[in-house]
Amino acid sequence: MASITLEQVSVSFPVYSSATRSIKNRLIQSATGGQIRSESGSDRISVVQALQDINLRLESGDRIGLVGHNGAGKTTLLRVLGGIYEPNEGRVSIKGSTVPLFDISLGMDPESTGYENIVLRGLYLGLSRSQMRARLEEIAEFTELGDFLNLPIRTYSAGMRMRLAFAVSTSVAPDILLIDEGIGAGDAAFLQKASERLKLFTEQVSIIVLSSHSEALISKMCTKAVLMEHGRVVGAGTTAEVLEQYRESRDGPLKAPEPEAEASREPETQPEQAGVTALGGASSEGTPEERADWADRTAHLLRERRWQDVDLDRLVNEVESLAHPHPRTQ
Amino acid sequence: MISSTTKVQSPLIQQLRHGLEPEQFKNAWLDIVEGWRRRELWATLGLHDVRQRYRRSTLGPFWITISMGVMVFALGLLYGQIFGQELHEYLPFLAAGFVIWGLLSEMILGGCSTFISAEGMIRQLNAPVSIYAYREVWSAVIAFAHNIWIFFAVAWWYDVGLSWNALWVLPAVLILLINGFWMSLFFGLLSARFRDVPLIIGSVVQVLFFMTPVIWRPEMLPDRALFLQLNPFYHMVEILRAPMLGQTPAFENWLAVLLIAVFGWAITLFFYSAYRWRIAYWV
Repeated sequence: MASITLEQVSVSFPVYSSATRSIKNRLIQSATGGQIRSESGSDRISVVQALQDINLRLESGDRIGLVGHNGAGKTTLLRVLGGIYEPNEGRVSIKGSTVPLFDISLGMDPESTGYENIVLRGLYLGLSRSQMRARLEEIAEFTELGDFLNLPIRTYSAGMRMRLAFAVSTSVAPDILLIDEGIGAGDAAFLQKASERLKLFTEQVSIIVLSSHSEALISKMCTKAVLMEHGRVVGAGTTAEVLEQYRESRDGPLKAPEPEAEASREPETQPEQAGVTALGGASSEGTPEERADWADRTAHLLRERRWQDVDLDRLVNEVESLAHPHPRTQ
Repeated sequence: MISSTTKVQSPLIQQLRHGLEPEQFKNAWLDIVEGWRRRELWATLGLHDVRQRYRRSTLGPFWITISMGVMVFALGLLYGQIFGQELHEYLPFLAAGFVIWGLLSEMILGGCSTFISAEGMIRQLNAPVSIYAYREVWSAVIAFAHNIWIFFAVAWWYDVGLSWNALWVLPAVLILLINGFWMSLFFGLLSARFRDVPLIIGSVVQVLFFMTPVIWRPEMLPDRALFLQLNPFYHMVEILRAPMLGQTPAFENWLAVLLIAVFGWAITLFFYSAYRWRIAYWV
């Protein structure tokens, strides 16, 4: 029986700059008792708290969707579930073979032929060469690539590579499957075939954790969902409940703006602008001039690596609205 | 959420505390054992690394052999003259030294990029991270297998006698690989965290090349200098070169190399159990 248990898991990343990665600076720091660090703020090691106090228990049969804004910690959580990141605090116990499908075309060798890459991908997935040879024919047939499989895959189109990667990745079902974003798989005719195979494949897997921004995909594939915000789990339950909560958390600030909070964030730099933002209602919906100005300032802060001064929530919203422009309901 | 810690409780100390839990030692050991079990994967990756460097060239990896050949002959003729050496003795000596030095430096310099160059895979693949160290050692072995033919050619041309001493070659290669493996883990770990380590190691190895008797003979030193005995590379080169030239390897060389292996592995296992779990964060 496959299962995953997370108890009070926290993950934090130190953000290393070239200064903190240099041995010379470290030696000088220890020799001067850390004076350099206190003199210039940018030399401090910033710490990103990516996950905080996560408690989860996944059991056989679970189909879990991970939702949340960008930077909410979904990918980090997937990496913890896959045993790639070992948390700073807390306990993780994973039972069962795990396959993380983050980048479906990871580690393809462009100079090797299609057949060689099928075997290579199989080795990545933890299979042996002989096991892969036994499956080679079935996989080759599914890709419909025919004689192309004898050519180096640098000659392939992106869609053909995708077919190959998809066919191999779905040829062996692990106990636990971790998927980051959707799996794309080439043209329409192939998609039909692929979705059948994906269905057959996922039925054999005990636990699936899928992280995606596509609500349609999550409600189609998952029975449960987990909502993440700022590295914490803020909601868990059935897919419908959690997606509802997610929509509320995303659109909520639009209906009920928080002028005080907005204004207090950048009080000395842009007092009037903050007022305008508050009147306008949505932080990401200021006047075009205000938005441009804000973008300039943020870019400047990011370039200076002054992470702590960046209005993160707004940045996330702005970036998301680039990807999914949708009409706001007032 | 991003917060800047005003008073940094040294992250290195913090991490070390987590890393020194006894179970981490077991995990590190399992990581190495499990890595060996995935040998089909790292053997393929190591082979691809070598092929990648020479892709679409007509001779492929045999350029390794050719460039080594050119080097040995050019330097052999030059330094043979400078040092006034008999070519039939000097060239086999030089070829053996170069080939061994190639193996050692490849393992150390490649070892520095063990984890850095595998960045993408480490973050996406839940395989034991020791496979990347195996992979570096293996690609060094493949290059060695190409280079050794230069030595064979020179040895055949100058009729270097074959004796029972040649049997010492196998254990010598084995112990060098065992040493290369800890170097790859240790320097790979260090380089992943401190990015100027590869540059430091690079210049140290360059200097050591001239300090180690590869183009000059140990006998050329007026009296056995201390710096020669303290140079670990002298012993590592010597235990393999002596049997290749049909001589019996000296006991002191073997003792030194065994000590290096024991101490190297002890230090590496300590650091590897303490910091292995941070590698995915560092790369």
